[in-house]
Amino acid sequence: MDLSADLGFLRLKNPVIAASGTFGYGPEFEPFINLEKLGGFVVKGLYFDPRPGNPPPRLVETPSGLINAIGLQGIGVRAFAEKILPRLRDLDTAVIANVCGADDEEYVAVAEFLSREKGLAALELNISCPNIRKEGACPAFSPDATRRLVARVKAATPLPLITKLSPNVTDIASVALAAEDGGTDAVSLINTLLAMAIDVETRRPKLANVYGGLSGPAVRPVALRMVHQAASRLRVPVIGMGGIMTGRDAVEFIIAGARAVQVGTANFVDPAAAVRIAAEIESFCRERNIPRAADLVGTLRSS
Amino acid sequence: MIARVASVERHGVYIRMSVEAPEIARAAQPGQFAMLRVADTSSTDPLLRRPLSLHDRNASEVEFFFSVAGRGTDILAGKKPGDRLDVLGPLGRGFALDENMTGRTACCVGGGRGIAPLYFLARELKARGASVHILYGGRSAADVPLREKFEAAGYQTFVSTDDGSFGFHGLVTDLFEKQAAAERPDRLYACGPDAMMKTLAASAARLGIPAWFSLESVMGCGFGACWGCVHRILRDGTPEWVKVCEDGPVFAGPDIVWETGP
Ligand SMILES: Cc1cc2nc3c(=O)[nH]c(=O)nc-3n(C[C@H](O)[C@H](O)[C@H](O)COP(=O)(O)OP(=O)(O)OC[C@H]3O[C@@H](n4cnc5c(N)ncnc54)[C@H](O)[C@@H]3O)c2cc1C
Ligand SMILES: Cc1cc2nc3c(=O)[nH]c(=O)nc-3n(C[C@H](O)[C@H](O)[C@H](O)COP(=O)(O)O)c2cc1C
Ligand code: FES
Repeated sequence: MDLSADLGFLRLKNPVIAASGTFGYGPEFEPFINLEKLGGFVVKGLYFDPRPGNPPPRLVETPSGLINAIGLQGIGVRAFAEKILPRLRDLDTAVIANVCGADDEEYVAVAEFLSREKGLAALELNISCPNIRKEGACPAFSPDATRRLVARVKAATPLPLITKLSPNVTDIASVALAAEDGGTDAVSLINTLLAMAIDVETRRPKLANVYGGLSGPAVRPVALRMVHQAASRLRVPVIGMGGIMTGRDAVEFIIAGARAVQVGTANFVDPAAAVRIAAEIESFCRERNIPRAADLVGTLRSS
Repeated sequence: MIARVASVERHGVYIRMSVEAPEIARAAQPGQFAMLRVADTSSTDPLLRRPLSLHDRNASEVEFFFSVAGRGTDILAGKKPGDRLDVLGPLGRGFALDENMTGRTACCVGGGRGIAPLYFLARELKARGASVHILYGGRSAADVPLREKFEAAGYQTFVSTDDGSFGFHGLVTDLFEKQAAAERPDRLYACGPDAMMKTLAASAARLGIPAWFSLESVMGCGFGACWGCVHRILRDGTPEWVKVCEDGPVFAGPDIVWETGP
């Protein structure tokens, strides 16, 4: 049984990647799993300099979902390269860095800096975090801004580039096509959905930041639809995510057209989730005599 | 790991639950906690685990002591002996303990459900030779359920109630001031509402008593991955958002920046 996933620029031992912001910088999960059993993992979003993040409460649970407003607290690229990357470099799994920026210049600077370091399999361009500006505004809202930014970052790095898209748009396919036009090697989607929760007793927002990003099983049907819409239009590979908790959930995304999947919130509930999901995809295929997991990609029947 | 519920006891509004989890029991330190999955593993609502302090342990079991705060703890309170429970732990850094406490007095102050980690702590302090004082504050006589258990274990136990229905009439922070004036303890350990701990931290600083506090925050993962649980802590004199689950939940008094309270 062949579980590998081929993204063209990168071959993964299995199609399951731990998602950015839900897997720390990686080592946080070493007490629970063997990191080399993952197809790959994406480290927490990196800005150039350290960032303080938003005040708490930063999390609120909703039905089968989680709204977060972490505000990308992080250590910055220098500390990442000095303290974390050396521990990840020799792992036999794909380590992907999630690139953030307050403006185009910062995105380029982060990508250039990381490209000089050894040990990264690819960069994931996070043009879609809803927690930085109040209304969740980000480059991924506009096809033009997406195309321009992707092209600039692509020109600044020899590493393969995955562009991570926002679901907070009316036409996901047009943004995905713009990223492809800009030269991205793959797209990943979805990032979190802009959301809020209110305490009815105090009539206050439950998050200090008022708005946050919704993730978890509650978003899965929306994510699946968007992955299908993007995969139907693009030539570059699509990596799908949003609420995946089990191997069957992952297979849904693969049938919709995703070549690989990312697992996010599930890592908080079960730190072994990504490894378990890979094993569940394998059993799924084995039980149905599907020789290669990749045979399932885009096999949605239309009638 | 999947643990088995061994026993469930009600103490007024509190529930004491003991679960068979030998690996967690063996590794546990006072002040550490566990993340409990309250829904069936096939269910996603409630989705996240809930943090609970380790209240006590023996060779093969760990105990929790909790009150129903919302839906998650309500589901947990309904578990029966024999039920399976997915428990992750022990997590976090517990109380800093001196190896030898002979001839020293340790004062453990709990407010409401904050009493939970102090039983395990008191036992370890006593094992190191300390003379342990328990100060326990609740709203009323019905709200201080562990009194007899602490007394039976040989700790000097002092209770305060807001309504005066048992023990000292007033706040546990006033009780601490009164006690500390009579006999200054060598160490202070506390867990409870932020306002209580903030007042205690000020008292301890004024009296020059080394003090540690167990903080609460909303936790997404409990092991350092989500960055949801932060509290403002001084690092080299500068306040930073520090993870309560990984760098705490116990912090030294002078390092904590209190956001709320009087
Ligand atoms: C390290 C740690 C140890 C803890 N140990 C114990 C313990 O030993 N015994 C015990 O009874 N409780 C303890 N708690 C608190 C306990 O985790 C919460 O009461 C529980 O998570 C609430 O879940 P719920 O689904 O019942 O309530 P929810 O429906 O999630 O919330 C109900 C109410 O409680 C508030 N709340 C939720 N989580 C917390 C929290 N972590 N801190 C403060 N308020 C919260 C919510 O804002 C809301 O107002 C601990 C918390 C932490 C962080
Ligand atoms: C707490 C938290 C932090 C996140 N941080 C990042 C981040 O730094 N960069 C990023 O691209 N996505 C981030 N995300 C989004 C996830 O990577 C993922 O796109 C989203 O959660 C949907 O997947 P899920 O439902 O499986 O969690 C974060 C999500 C959560 C819950
Ligand atoms: S609870 Fe997730 S980092 Fe602390």
